Amino acid sequence: MPIVRNKPNSCHWADREIGVPGRAESPKRVAVADGVGKTAIVRMDGPIYDLGMTIEQSGSAQAPSATKVLSLVNLCKRYGQTVAVDGVSFEVRRNEIVGLLGPNGAGKTTIINMILGILEPTAGTIHIEGLDIATQRGQALERTNFTAVYAPLPGNLTVYQNLRFFGLLYGVRNLAGRIDEVLEQFDIARFRHTKCGVLSSGEQTRVGLAKAMLNQPHLLLLDEPTASLDPASARDIRAKICAFAGQEGVGVLWTSHNMVEVEKVCDRVLFLSHGKILLEGDPKTLPREYGKETLEDLFITVANEPLTLGGNGA
Amino acid sequence: MRHLSRIAAILLRQFYLIRGSPPRLLPIFVWAGVDIVLWGFITRFLNEVTPSGLNFIPMLLGAVLLWDFFTRVMHGVTTTFLEDVWSRNFLNLFATPLSISEYLGGLVISSIVTSAIGLVVMFILASVIFGLSYFTYGLLLLPFLLVLFLSGIALGVLACGIVLRYGPAAEWFVWPIPAVLSPFAAVFYPLSVLPPWMRYFSHALPPSYVFESMRAILAGGPASGINLLGGSGLALLYILLASWYFTRVYRHAIRTGLIARYSAETAS
Repeated sequence: MPIVRNKPNSCHWADREIGVPGRAESPKRVAVADGVGKTAIVRMDGPIYDLGMTIEQSGSAQAPSATKVLSLVNLCKRYGQTVAVDGVSFEVRRNEIVGLLGPNGAGKTTIINMILGILEPTAGTIHIEGLDIATQRGQALERTNFTAVYAPLPGNLTVYQNLRFFGLLYGVRNLAGRIDEVLEQFDIARFRHTKCGVLSSGEQTRVGLAKAMLNQPHLLLLDEPTASLDPASARDIRAKICAFAGQEGVGVLWTSHNMVEVEKVCDRVLFLSHGKILLEGDPKTLPREYGKETLEDLFITVANEPLTLGGNGA
Repeated sequence: MRHLSRIAAILLRQFYLIRGSPPRLLPIFVWAGVDIVLWGFITRFLNEVTPSGLNFIPMLLGAVLLWDFFTRVMHGVTTTFLEDVWSRNFLNLFATPLSISEYLGGLVISSIVTSAIGLVVMFILASVIFGLSYFTYGLLLLPFLLVLFLSGIALGVLACGIVLRYGPAAEWFVWPIPAVLSPFAAVFYPLSVLPPWMRYFSHALPPSYVFESMRAILAGGPASGINLLGGSGLALLYILLASWYFTRVYRHAIRTGLIARYSAETAS
């Protein structure tokens, strides 16, 4: 049973990972809906159990903050009369990769910009490891990093200079050693003294990812990280990101228009349309639950006919 | 410690850019040097053709040196900021833990380094080629430089705020600001020759106190310590106001989304 969120602000979900954390298999979760009385649901790869207890009784209505890397509550962004993000709430837990999906203009990048503190929400809160981005911005961003196709590193600096510059900004310890590590990790050591501006777009993507992992963030935001990579490089990069995300404590928010990729890497996906989260669930099972063959078919339905997804899964 | 690391990052980035780029390295001292040579010969010529016996070298060449220093300080701040505009780096930069005070601190220290290099070059050229003696101004040269430095910082931060607010094209509005201010700052002539309405503006400009004091010394009279103190206070006030303006513009850019789509020049 997928989680349908066609009513803005009607419910907020707090999922708690159970079992052994790790990326070897999709984590099993306890999903709890607040504000709906006695509806507490345990979802364990198929069967759904109504526990018949109130949220207060369950004692797990609020996932322990220790398991949350990112928590968004009722996030809104309006530009005049235009609503870009409308009451979005979700969480990203440790060792979890969450896919943020949706058509162009759905609000994905707006949400990422708000998490990064470069766009102020009209309403709502953002916490990174319990730190409020509005009031504890510096501390919150020290444990965050990102890469996006639309934010290449300065082309007039070499790869090493860029990594040194951003390493200092993020306060990376043993910076020289860490730079060597990420250069090796992303196979860009040979470009160490090459200006970023002359690298191919694929190479620039690798440099961007190296910068994104330089400070070993606990929250990693990836906005179409493999958009400009050939299939072989994309697979390699995906493996590297997954390996990084497998480290203890790392949560990843990943946007992509490549549904095959999303299905492979994401533990959970959120479908965004017109600034609202319409669907949430496991990318491997969600299409079938809505009578679709593939995640791409579901994506196209979300993009073109979001109202047809108003009810429960097919 | 983290604060220093972030300020050092801004300095290091500027060092990397200047080190590998003659178009960035040369303007630090070449234009100042050209100004000194040009005005040095003009003052020599004036000394030869003017029967009054007035020595134009400390008056005009000294004024050019001090005004160029003020301009270099301002440009030192703005060019460091503009590097982020030119490389479209705002999104990467402001998504880091860097605070506005750390960023402005980095811009100011970067300007101290580059303007000091320009000042040394001007000092050497003016004294070796044209015989400008700094002993003419005595120890007051230090407060002169301090007031001009503070004023340059204030104007530089204000200019950065203007570019951040109105987009990359506002850069062309920023470069001529020193030239626009120079008539009011009374760099080459006493305030008394200005019409009253211009003098009101002059009194609001800290550099005008420096140049008035400089001329008073060269005329054999005492410089007004109170005036210099007032100029310093005014310059400090302007730094606070400029920093407030920059912070306000930054917050506006964060609220409207301008930081994330800066090349659009406006968030609407």
